[in-house]
Amino acid sequence: MGTSLPLLSLLVWVPVLGGVTLLWLGDARAPAVRRLALAVSIVTFALSLVAYREFQLDTYEMQLQEFSVWIPAFNINYHLGIDGIALPLILLTTFMTVLVVIAGWDVEQRPSQYLAAFLILEGLMNGVFASVDAILFYFFWEAMLIPMFLIIGVWGGPRRVYATIKFFLYTFLGSVFMLVALLYLYGQAGSFNILDLHRLPLPLLAQELIFVAFLLAFSVKVPMWPVHTWLPDAHVEAPTGGSVILAAILLKMGGYGFLRFSLPIAPDASVALANLMIVLSLIAIAYIGFVALVQLDMKKLIAYSSISHMGFVTLGFFIGVPALLATGRPDAGVMGLEGGMMQMISHGFISGALFLCVGVMYDRVHSREIADYGGVANTMPKFAALMMLFAMANSGLPGTSGFVGEFLVILASFQLSPWIAFGAATILILGAAYTLWMYKRVVFGDVANDAVAALQDVNAREFVFLALLAVAVLAFGLWPAPIFDVMHPTMEHLFEQVTISKVGG
Amino acid sequence: MNALLIELPLAWPELALLLLGSVLLVVDTMVPGESRRATCLLAQVALVIVTVLVVAGAPAETNLAFSGHFVSDPMAAALKVAILLVSVMAFSYAADYFDEHGFFRGEFYILGLFAVLGMMVLISAHSLLTVYLGLELLSLSLYSMVALHRDSPSASEAAMKYFVLGALASGMLLYGMSMLYGMTGTLELSALSRAVADLGGNNIVLVFGLVFIVVGTAFKLGLVPFHMWVPDVYEGSPTAVTLFVSSAPKIAAFAMAMRLLVDGLWPMFPAWEGMLIVLSVLSMAAGNVIAISQSNIKRMLAYSTIAHVGFLVLGILSGTATGYAGAMFYAIVYAFMSLGSFGMVMLLSRRQWEHDRLDDFQGLARRSPWFALMMLILMFSMAGVPPFAGFWAKWFVIKEVIAAGHAWLAAVAVVFSVVGAYYYLRIIKLMYFDEPVAMAAPRAAPGVRILLSANALALFVVGVLPGALMALCIRAVGM
Repeated sequence: MGTSLPLLSLLVWVPVLGGVTLLWLGDARAPAVRRLALAVSIVTFALSLVAYREFQLDTYEMQLQEFSVWIPAFNINYHLGIDGIALPLILLTTFMTVLVVIAGWDVEQRPSQYLAAFLILEGLMNGVFASVDAILFYFFWEAMLIPMFLIIGVWGGPRRVYATIKFFLYTFLGSVFMLVALLYLYGQAGSFNILDLHRLPLPLLAQELIFVAFLLAFSVKVPMWPVHTWLPDAHVEAPTGGSVILAAILLKMGGYGFLRFSLPIAPDASVALANLMIVLSLIAIAYIGFVALVQLDMKKLIAYSSISHMGFVTLGFFIGVPALLATGRPDAGVMGLEGGMMQMISHGFISGALFLCVGVMYDRVHSREIADYGGVANTMPKFAALMMLFAMANSGLPGTSGFVGEFLVILASFQLSPWIAFGAATILILGAAYTLWMYKRVVFGDVANDAVAALQDVNAREFVFLALLAVAVLAFGLWPAPIFDVMHPTMEHLFEQVTISKVGG
Repeated sequence: MNALLIELPLAWPELALLLLGSVLLVVDTMVPGESRRATCLLAQVALVIVTVLVVAGAPAETNLAFSGHFVSDPMAAALKVAILLVSVMAFSYAADYFDEHGFFRGEFYILGLFAVLGMMVLISAHSLLTVYLGLELLSLSLYSMVALHRDSPSASEAAMKYFVLGALASGMLLYGMSMLYGMTGTLELSALSRAVADLGGNNIVLVFGLVFIVVGTAFKLGLVPFHMWVPDVYEGSPTAVTLFVSSAPKIAAFAMAMRLLVDGLWPMFPAWEGMLIVLSVLSMAAGNVIAISQSNIKRMLAYSTIAHVGFLVLGILSGTATGYAGAMFYAIVYAFMSLGSFGMVMLLSRRQWEHDRLDDFQGLARRSPWFALMMLILMFSMAGVPPFAGFWAKWFVIKEVIAAGHAWLAAVAVVFSVVGAYYYLRIIKLMYFDEPVAMAAPRAAPGVRILLSANALALFVVGVLPGALMALCIRAVGM
């Protein structure tokens, strides 16, 4: 097989150029702009499916590589490639962007700029996942802040300025330490190729400092406790589409960073500091779960739920080596990594879906307060059924995609210690508690007020994006094998890298 | 005589500029009409002619001339071209501003030409005497430019402050030079470097001399704690003058630091490295933190300049050829960012004499989406966010600081650049997130609109493809 098309470049530049075209068309031609945005996002999704078809399942090597010299003086190259970690995230990105474009159909305020920001953001996110050169990665990673900053700031809620500046400065502060670490690594390796950095031997102290620098960047993005405080603000104030992209993809970049940088570049530090990571993850799961329970604002509740679920991801990533050392069985490590990865994909669908559900209600009632709702099932039965599915998936019900990742991570934790597994399993209880309790208060019961009584059920457009997500949540819950097939060789190789010491090697 | 004939061509651009400037001084008195457009145009033609001469005579290696007082090397040629380009653009912006405010002074362009001449002499200086000569020609021209609007109390105050403090700094510099000359008996920089190496870097008189030299240089760069003049001068001058003062002279000041510290006092590197670290950290801290509380955009940009120069100095103190290249890249990119930002301030300062409150940017995205986008590019570039040139400037310098073994200094620098990002974001917030107070779109001559757009877009192009400019800087410094 093999096409001659530069698929990854197309995945980056088609949406970016599409976005620029939308800006050029302007708000005066809003209907054309909407159709074009949809077309560009669907074409990009189709391109990512072609990339999936071209992807070889039997190797961990970077595939569909593209290479051209960018800055010859410092050996910086425009080097793209994907492996089993990047591909699922790119598919998630292109899929969610299509939904966000459909969901943003009714935006009246500066529609061309709104849709353009999302398309440009999509291209940059694909660039982050497809970069093999560390500086190219950083370039996309930072550039992405600009459209997100504008999305929250221009189209957000009442406290949008505070939220967006907090978002920008928090992530910017984390990222610059990563830049210092990358430049230090360049000084040692003479190359910015991430694969070269994976092979670079480093003393333990250097590894630990690098690990901490990466941790500052990625933990803010994930976000991990205690640097999570920007997320509820950003989520609450962002427009629906912004919340969806933020929860579904931006948070995954932190997880991706751990897999691509922290674990393979500083494996000894990852082992040495694994306990710290496990503790932080468990705090996120349990403590943030309780915080979610008391929220009055639906978006804030889902935001805290995201932090709690992302704690599961980091737990899965760092449980492996301690489990191997404790039991001598390597399968727990791969299981933890794959569980974490599966959780990222699944959380992308579920959190995106929940934010879209809140958006659907907000468009009608203009409130996100749980107290302003009640008995929505009476007026919006189709919507209530779909939201039920997503609420169940968020609680980790077997048969939905939410279950698969959580089960694997708990299984992996059990190898290390039943107590950690117990701590991790609180997410199943707390997750069910806060999600279903919110669902009960909003959807069930008698019709609470006139606003709810006047609700119209979902229209065709809203039904399309929610149904597509429902299909995804069920499909990957019942048959997650395609995702595992894609990532398995890469994860096995990654775990092997983590277990081999790089100190003095 | 023969030697002079061989050496004279090396200084053709400077001689040509001197001649053209003098001719223009006479011609300006005969220019018809009030607007002095013709003077501006002729001054720009003069700068273009000199640019052509510099490019045509660009040397491949270092050539000394006039008994070693003058040097012509690739770095000098590259820096001169950058200064000339910046000045041509600055004159275009200024002409439009003067038209709008009915403030016509042909002297602005003539003083500008002599300031450029001073910068070129400074860049090509290879002895303490030529450094001083170039610096004074530049400084005196700038003092007069600041005072040009003589009816404005704030401009007169700014000029007075600038002059008194500048004279003090020049005095310090001269005092330091006299100490160096007293100990080594030479003015020529490479001979000075050899003599200092023989005496040893710990010689007490030399160290005193070095301190005075560093103080003088730091004043011209505007490093904390020698920065007091910067905000007052930036705020008090007519914006067209601020634009000029804030752009090209920074490139010249970089060259001055390179000539004095690297060419002349290299054996004392351990001593001046430490001094520059202190000055740099103080500048980044004070500049970025104080800028946050400013409500006048010119003052805000003044403090941002201080922070940027502190960052730039990191490249010089890394003490390697690529480090100097990084600082040079930073200086050039910064000159264009500053040019564009003050150009935008002038674009908004229509009709009223000065219109430079931060609030004037409010709702610009509604009034003029295109120029709001250009300002967005400029501000994100200043903040050091990719894909704009300012990111690479910071990246380059940080990389060299880490390579020189100062990873902690790099960490300090990046933290302060995050602090700095806040006040640039605030401008973007005003433009994009706030509703406009008045709906009037900014008006400007089409030429200025195109130039301003080209200026901002150039920062984007360099941000996406920085390789060529980086290679140019590395080749120019090439040691």
